Amino acid sequence: MNRYPMWKYILIIVVTLIGLIYALPNLYPSEPAVQIAAVAKNTNVDSNALAKIKQSLAEKSITAKKIEPDKNGKVILRFDNPETQLAAQAAVTKALGSDYKTALNLAPTTPSWLSAANAKPMNLGLDLRGGVHFLMEVDMSVAIDKALERHKEEFRSFLRDKKLRYLGVKREGDHLVISFKDAKIRDQARAALKREYRGDIEFLDVETKKGFGLKATLTPLNIKNAKKFILQQNIITLRRKLNSTGLTEPIIQQQGLERIVVQLPGVQDPTIVKDKLSGTATLEFRLVDEGHDPLLAQKSGRIPSGSKLFFERNGNPILLKRQVILSGDRITNAGAGFDQNQQPSVNITLDAQGAKRFAKITGANIQKLMAVVYIEDRYVTSKNDDGTVNKKRVTKKEVINVARIQDQLSKKFQITGLDSPQEAHALAEDLRAGALAAPVYIVEERTVGPSLGADNIKAGFNSVIIGFILVLIFMALYYRVFGLVANLALTLNLILIVAFLSIFQATLTLPGIAGIVLTVGMAVDANVLIYERIKEELRNGLTTQAAIQSGYEKAFSTIADANITTLIAAIVLYGMGTGPIQGFATTLAIGIVSSMFTAIMGTRAIINLIYGGKKVEKLSIHPIWKGGL
Amino acid sequence: MPTGTYKTTHINFTGKRKIAMAFSILLILLSIGALITRGLNMGVDFTGGTVIEIGYPDATEVEPIRNALTNAGFEAQVQHFGTAKDVLIRITPSKEDKQKQGSNDKNDAVKKAKTGDRVFAILKKTNPGISLRRVEFVGPQIGDELRDDGGVAMLLALAGILIYVTLRFEFRFSVGAIIALVHDVIITVGFFAITQIEFNLTILAAILAIIGYSLNDTIVVFDRVRENFLKLRKANAEESINISINQTLSRTIMTSLTTLLVLVALFMFGGEVIHGFSLAMIIGVVIGTYSSIYVASSSLIMMGITREALLPPEKEGADELSELP
Repeated sequence: MNRYPMWKYILIIVVTLIGLIYALPNLYPSEPAVQIAAVAKNTNVDSNALAKIKQSLAEKSITAKKIEPDKNGKVILRFDNPETQLAAQAAVTKALGSDYKTALNLAPTTPSWLSAANAKPMNLGLDLRGGVHFLMEVDMSVAIDKALERHKEEFRSFLRDKKLRYLGVKREGDHLVISFKDAKIRDQARAALKREYRGDIEFLDVETKKGFGLKATLTPLNIKNAKKFILQQNIITLRRKLNSTGLTEPIIQQQGLERIVVQLPGVQDPTIVKDKLSGTATLEFRLVDEGHDPLLAQKSGRIPSGSKLFFERNGNPILLKRQVILSGDRITNAGAGFDQNQQPSVNITLDAQGAKRFAKITGANIQKLMAVVYIEDRYVTSKNDDGTVNKKRVTKKEVINVARIQDQLSKKFQITGLDSPQEAHALAEDLRAGALAAPVYIVEERTVGPSLGADNIKAGFNSVIIGFILVLIFMALYYRVFGLVANLALTLNLILIVAFLSIFQATLTLPGIAGIVLTVGMAVDANVLIYERIKEELRNGLTTQAAIQSGYEKAFSTIADANITTLIAAIVLYGMGTGPIQGFATTLAIGIVSSMFTAIMGTRAIINLIYGGKKVEKLSIHPIWKGGL
Repeated sequence: MPTGTYKTTHINFTGKRKIAMAFSILLILLSIGALITRGLNMGVDFTGGTVIEIGYPDATEVEPIRNALTNAGFEAQVQHFGTAKDVLIRITPSKEDKQKQGSNDKNDAVKKAKTGDRVFAILKKTNPGISLRRVEFVGPQIGDELRDDGGVAMLLALAGILIYVTLRFEFRFSVGAIIALVHDVIITVGFFAITQIEFNLTILAAILAIIGYSLNDTIVVFDRVRENFLKLRKANAEESINISINQTLSRTIMTSLTTLLVLVALFMFGGEVIHGFSLAMIIGVVIGTYSSIYVASSSLIMMGITREALLPPEKEGADELSELP
C-alpha cells in the first residue's frame, strides 16, 4: 500500500531539476552597465574609441569592473554601483563625441552554461529597479481631422479627373459636403464616388445653399482604421524619439485603441523624457513682411492681409507672410553643431520635394528676410465639475531666427538663433524623430527613484524569506515528519514560481512579491487539509497506511474546490488590467497551480517513500508538544 | 483510538449563531455608518492627483516643507512616510481647483500636469541633498476608470464564484458563500473608513484577494457539510453543520495562522508601500476565518437547508469519491 509508480517519481525529479535550472539565474544579480555603440550602422566600436574610453575613465579615476566587447560590435562597461555608472556615462559620452552613443543598462551576470540553456533572470518591474511609467492618450480627434483633410483633396482631384464639375468641397462638423450646380452631375458623381469608396465613405444627398449637395460620412470601420493607423504611427515615432535619448530598453506598448504605455527602466529624471514625449516640436520657414510696422499692427490689432503676427524670443512682435515656405515634415535629417561664430546651430537636410520648393522660393527672394518659427504643441487635461474631461492644446510659437537670404538655399542649410547647445541638440532630435501623427498627453505617471527601488527589493526579499522561515518552523513543530515533508514541497513551490516567472520572462513587481508571500501562506493549506484528514482517519480507527491513503483521497476534492475558487478571483484580478494588480494576480495564480502539484503529488511521493509498503505503528504527524515520536 | 492524545472539538458553534449574528450586524452597521459619514480616504489612484515621495539626507520636519509649498501656491498634504527622513506629499484636486479648471484658465491646467516636477524643484532649492523617490500622477479620467474597473472586477469575481459554487454544491450554498464574502468585504472596507487609512489600488487588490481567501475557507467547511449531510443519516441539518465546523476547525485555524504569519512578516518587513496591502489582508483573513465558521453556515441554517436538498447529487458525489486514485 502507498506506493507510487516509477513514472511519478521521475516526473517529480524532472520538474524539480527544470525548476532549479531556470530559477538559478536569479541568484546572479544584474550589474549596472554602460553600453556604447557606434552611431553609424554596421560599425563596430574600434580600438581607437576603446582607448579613448579607458583614458576618459582613468582621468575621472573611475574603475570599471569589466570592459568587454559584445557580439554585436558594442562595448559593455560594467560597474559596481549606479553612481559610478552615471559618472562613467557622462565621462565617456564627452570623450567619444557624436560618433558614438552611450546608454545605461543592466547587464546580467548569468554564467555561460545557464545562458546556454536559455535560462535568464526574471524581469524586475519598475518599482523594484527604478524607472518611469507613463500612460499616454492619443488625441484621436486629429485622426478624423486628418482623414477628412485627405479626402477633401482626393474628392477634388477625383472629380476633376472624371470631368465632373463641382462648386466646392467643404467641411461641416464631421462630414464633408460637395456641392454641385445641378442634380444630374450630382447623380453621376455619387455613382462614381460610391464605386471608388465602397465601405469607407457613405454618400447622402443634401440640399445646400448653392444648390445640390452630397454629404460624405466616414464609416465606423474607416474611423477605426484611421485611429489604428495614427496609434501605430505614434508608437513608431515615440520609439524613435526614445531611442535617441540613450535608453536601452524602453518598453512601448499599445493599450486599447487610444493609449500607449511607455516604460523606461532606470530613468532618474522624468522631466526630460516627459517633455520629449508629450511635446511635438517642429519648424516653419516664412518670409518676413517688411512692408508693414509690426509694433503698429500689434497696438491697433489690424494685421495686414496676407500676414500674421508672431513674436520673437525677446517678446518683440514681427509680421510674417501667411504662406509657409517649408514645414518640418520635409526635413529628413537634422544634427546639432556650431556655426562659424561658435554659436549653437542645427544643420538641416531636406527631402527632394522640399529642397526643390525651398530653392525656388529662396532663389526668388534673395536679400529678403526669412524667419524660422519654432512650434511646440502640448496637451494638458483637467476635469470639470460634472466629471467631463477637458483637453487643452497649448501651442507655443516663437520666431527663433530672422536672417537675410544671402544665397539660394537648397538641400542642406543651417539655422541659428538657439539659446544653448542643449537646445540645438533637443531641436535636432525632435526634427529627426519627426512629428507625432497626433498629439499625445500623459494621463498617468509612476516614477520610482533608484533608491526606493533598491529598498523595495530588499524589503520584498526580506519579507518573503522571513515569512517563509516562520511557516517552515511552524509546520515542522506542528506536523513533525509530515511537516518537514510539507516544507520540502513548499520550497519546491517557491522554486517553481521563480522558474516559471523566469521562463516566461514575466515581470516581478512589489505586489508580485506580495502574491508570492501570500502563496507561501496559502500553499501549505493543501497539506494542512490532508494532514488533518489523516489525523481524523486515525482517530476513526483506520490503520496508518489506510489513513494516509484515505486522507489524501478525501482531501483532494476539497483542495480542488478551494483552489479553483481562488483561481477565479486571481483571473478576474488579472483581467482588470492595471499593472500593479496584474503582477499580484500572476504570481498568485502561478502559486496556486504549482502548489497543487507540489503539495499533493510532491508530498505524497515522499510520504510513500518514508512510510509506503511497510508496517508502520505510528505516524509522526502530531505536534511536538503532544509527546511521543 | 490509536493516538488518543488529540481529539475533535465539540464546540456548539451553531447554537451561538444568534450572538454571532448580532456581532456581525453590529460590525456591518458600524462599517456602513462610517462609510456614509466619513467615507473612504481615497488615494490618488482613484481621485486623480499627484503623490510625491522625497528622501531627505537627514531627519526632517514636515512643517517647513508644507510652508514652502503653500507659499508656492500648492494645497498639499505633507506627512512622514515610514521614517523621519522620508516625506510624502499629496496634492489632490480640491473643489476650488475643479471649479477653476472648468474655466478656461490655460496656465492652471499646464501647471497640473507638471506638479510633481515643480514640487521637487521647489524643495530642492530649500535642501539640495534631497532625492526623488517616487512620483505618481494619475490623470482625472484614469482615476475614474480605475474606480469603475475595480467595482466591475469585484462584481465579476462574485458572479464567477456564485456560478462555480452553484454548479458544485447547491444554490443556497452559493448564497451562503456570497453572504460571507460580502460580510468580509464590507467590514474590511469599513475598517478603512473608520481609520481613514488611504484606500488605493493595492488595497483594492487585497480586498479581491480576501474574496479568494475567505471563499477558500468557506468552501472547505461546505465541502464537509455536504459530505456529512450524505453520511450522517440520523443527524439533522444543524447537527451536521456543527459537526462539520468542528471537524474542519483545526484546519481552519492552522491555515489562518500560517497565512497570518507571512502577512505579519510582510507588514513588518515589506516596506511602507505594501503596508496598507498587508494590513487589509490581515484584517480580511481574521474576518474571513470568523465568517467561514459563523456567518456562512449560519446563513445555510437560516435558509432552511436540509439533507434532502443535496440528495440529487448524492449519486454523483459517491461515484466521484470511489473513483479517486
